[in-house]
Amino acid sequence: MTNVIVDLSKYLLILLIAMYTYWNFRYFGVSEEKKKILCRRQNQMMCLLHILAYGVMLLKTGDFKLAAFYMVQAVFFQCYRFAYRRLYKNRSEILVNNMCLLLCVGFIILARLSFSKALHQFFLVVLSGTATLAIPFIIGRAWQLSRIPWLYGMLGAGLLAAVLMAGDNSYGAQLSLTVKGISLQPTEFVKIIFVFFVSAMFYRSTDTRQIGITTVGAALHVLILAASKDLGSALIFFVTYIFMLFIASSDWRYLGAGGLLGCLASGAGWVLFSHVRVRVAVWADPWADLDNKGYQITQSLFSIGTGGWFGMGLYQGMPGKIPVVEKDFILAAISEEMGALFAFCILLICLGCFIQFMMIACRMEAMFYKLIAVGLGTMYIVQVFLTAGGACKFIPSTGVTLPFVSYGGSSVLSTFILFSVIQGMYILKRSEEEEEAYEAYI
Amino acid sequence: MRPIFKRKKREKADRQKADENILRLVYGVVFLFLWLMAYIGYFLMVQREDVINNAYNARLDNFAQRVERGSILSRDGQVLAETITDEEGRETRRYPYGPLFAHVVGYSTRGKTGLEELANYYLLTSHDNPLNQVFAELSGKKSPGDRVVTTLDAELQQLAMDSLGDYNGAVVVMEPDTGRILAMVSKPGFDPALVAEGWEGLVAEDGGQAQLLNRAAQGLYPPGSVFKVVTLLAYIREHREDYDQFRFDCSGVFEYGDYKIRCYHGNAHGSQTLGQAFANSCNGAFAKMGIELNLKKLADTTEELLFNTKQPVAIAYSQSRFAMKEDADAWEVLQTSIGQGMTQMTPLHNAMITAAIANEGILMNPYFIDRVESRAGETVKDFQPSAYGALMSREEAVILKDMMIQVVTEGTGSAVRCEGYTAAGKTGSAQFETGEKTHAWFTGFAPAEDPEIVVTVVVEEGGSGGQTAAPIARSIFDACISEQNEVY
Repeated sequence: MTNVIVDLSKYLLILLIAMYTYWNFRYFGVSEEKKKILCRRQNQMMCLLHILAYGVMLLKTGDFKLAAFYMVQAVFFQCYRFAYRRLYKNRSEILVNNMCLLLCVGFIILARLSFSKALHQFFLVVLSGTATLAIPFIIGRAWQLSRIPWLYGMLGAGLLAAVLMAGDNSYGAQLSLTVKGISLQPTEFVKIIFVFFVSAMFYRSTDTRQIGITTVGAALHVLILAASKDLGSALIFFVTYIFMLFIASSDWRYLGAGGLLGCLASGAGWVLFSHVRVRVAVWADPWADLDNKGYQITQSLFSIGTGGWFGMGLYQGMPGKIPVVEKDFILAAISEEMGALFAFCILLICLGCFIQFMMIACRMEAMFYKLIAVGLGTMYIVQVFLTAGGACKFIPSTGVTLPFVSYGGSSVLSTFILFSVIQGMYILKRSEEEEEAYEAYI
Repeated sequence: MRPIFKRKKREKADRQKADENILRLVYGVVFLFLWLMAYIGYFLMVQREDVINNAYNARLDNFAQRVERGSILSRDGQVLAETITDEEGRETRRYPYGPLFAHVVGYSTRGKTGLEELANYYLLTSHDNPLNQVFAELSGKKSPGDRVVTTLDAELQQLAMDSLGDYNGAVVVMEPDTGRILAMVSKPGFDPALVAEGWEGLVAEDGGQAQLLNRAAQGLYPPGSVFKVVTLLAYIREHREDYDQFRFDCSGVFEYGDYKIRCYHGNAHGSQTLGQAFANSCNGAFAKMGIELNLKKLADTTEELLFNTKQPVAIAYSQSRFAMKEDADAWEVLQTSIGQGMTQMTPLHNAMITAAIANEGILMNPYFIDRVESRAGETVKDFQPSAYGALMSREEAVILKDMMIQVVTEGTGSAVRCEGYTAAGKTGSAQFETGEKTHAWFTGFAPAEDPEIVVTVVVEEGGSGGQTAAPIARSIFDACISEQNEVY
């Protein structure tokens, strides 16, 4: 009987998220009034999805901890929405929706994988979410943020250097600092500082000299990351810088030069780092070393393949077989138990977030804000692409996590900051437009 | 115009350019994501089954909790393996033919081998009516797994096994123009139903006969004279214009420097053309040919014939070995060109080369599963013959075929000479390290004009290929070809 319910529920879950995703894109083509209705419906879909998934998990495990956990999550989501509504009347509702949905899916799959990790993640989400509520307010008022590029540059590079010197080693790369027992991944925050650095530099000027100086600063970041062997992050920083440079200068030659440099750097990475060679070899033929180096990626392929389009149903697969599943391979776990269609919807929602970021970038008049939106958007989507592509062997695995869904405190906090900064710019723009309209009216 | 306006205008133009580029960036990213999703879609629609049907995929074992493992049938509908569930829900895997299909069908109680491994995914998937499945679920029963209909022929398999008599060895029967495997026998066998219980005895180091080894696909034997097909092909390739000018005067012993190569039982064959030397399996002639060959080209030919490389075989198999390097000494060259030395090959590989010769040079991928059916008999998946590619040119295949006919009509393959049809083949009697008697080989096909089946036989310590192995092939040819005639 339970199996029949779980089987039916997986189709229902896909239907719910598909409707949510559809509205996410439909949003772009409707009037303001309709947008509000769409967002309300999205919220309803998310609540249904949340309760259904936890209901199934409760049924499967009979563990009432899950019921209590669900309740506090539901309360958190409603409080978070309520706080946003009260604090920022001009907020982008759909961005808030998407944040909540991605977190919600994360809570479902993490609780399925490991209750204690999900609980840990939940506390971090509550803390980060609350702490970042003030960010849109700051963005709207502190114009001085555009005047301190060197502070960003030194802070960012300094933090990265600190990780390089004193970082803990995990999987052969220096990624985290441990301060008083709390493990932090400063790279997650430097991502945002870096975008501010580049935006502030290019806001001053985009003449050749300024571009030269900025490029040296950016190269320093990337090289420190490469020295820490955190090549996934190095790649994300590199791509983000090239795109920001291209948008700031409107010069295609920089894009071309960036592409060329990227190829050279990949070649150098191949020669210098043995684990790059290993990852590429494993990507090219994971079956050759099935029970050792190819184990993770082949288990991920088994996971996605066995799950198929509709998934095995919650608790009916074996996502735990994939090493580090809750971080780099969370999408494979989602795909296995909730279906490839569900995973597709998650990818489309992330893509939708990126498109919304870019639309905000287009609406901003000041180049500083425009570049920040472009930079943060690129950071975000490159990360999504690397983790999704790595899980299904589209590209070699880079050890990057899926923002808001994967387990990891630093990642959660930095993604909250990222969304809040964008949200702040949206609110700023909306308020300006409102004032203009008001003045025109008078 | 005042400078301030000019500046504002320029800024506005810059902004517009930037916005256009942002839009292009969005298009680029959207394209990349669509590509990624298309890739995942392709993976799920095309590669999925092959990927997940893997011994390392523990998830398939989970299927067994909800599906009763399906049956494996021969192409004539005989049950080769089935699962019986008793009233208390206990499942037993039954193998009605006992040891007969032990290697090719395999077992599933202690790991999985053979078709039990190859078809694992199909056997554990149910395409029963969805309503029945829900009903089964509600009543706490398992849904019936799909059944796999193989290309194997139960009668032919039995005949091949019986023909081996008291000898150990292997027999492969396949269709050259489709790649269907009709029989695959390996002796000694074991009872696949008792593998789990008898495991210790089966894997015992001493006194064991390596019963678990599928000799047909995994047994590496010295090829002996059947390797002369390879030497011959290499020779023809180097002497395209004048290979038919080849002459050799055989005195029973070929002397090269200090080395001597003897013909079987020291027979003196006298003056030999290329065809006669092949038909009589004249060691001296082939040793001389080998000395004259370009060793690099010989190695290339063996590689094209799938030595030292992956073969298109879906079940567990061994790679055949050809170890001679370009700087090999004369003795190694002499030995290798007559199929002795370090070279080793499997009966299945031998059958594949023979099939390519019979099929104008094109090797069809050997396959074992004809179709997958639901319990109600509806076809779920159909497997079609597919070509691996050319192992040799059409002309080369025709020359080799003619020479193989000559082996039967006037040479060592006289045991398969008969009225009803023309067969083609090659015999071999391979010496090996420890044995007093040689391993007997025969590989061939019939009818030569329009080959229907390939038979490859190896009889361990069977003595002469012509006397021991060829008659086994004969009985299989007779059965298949008379069967065909009855149909018409």
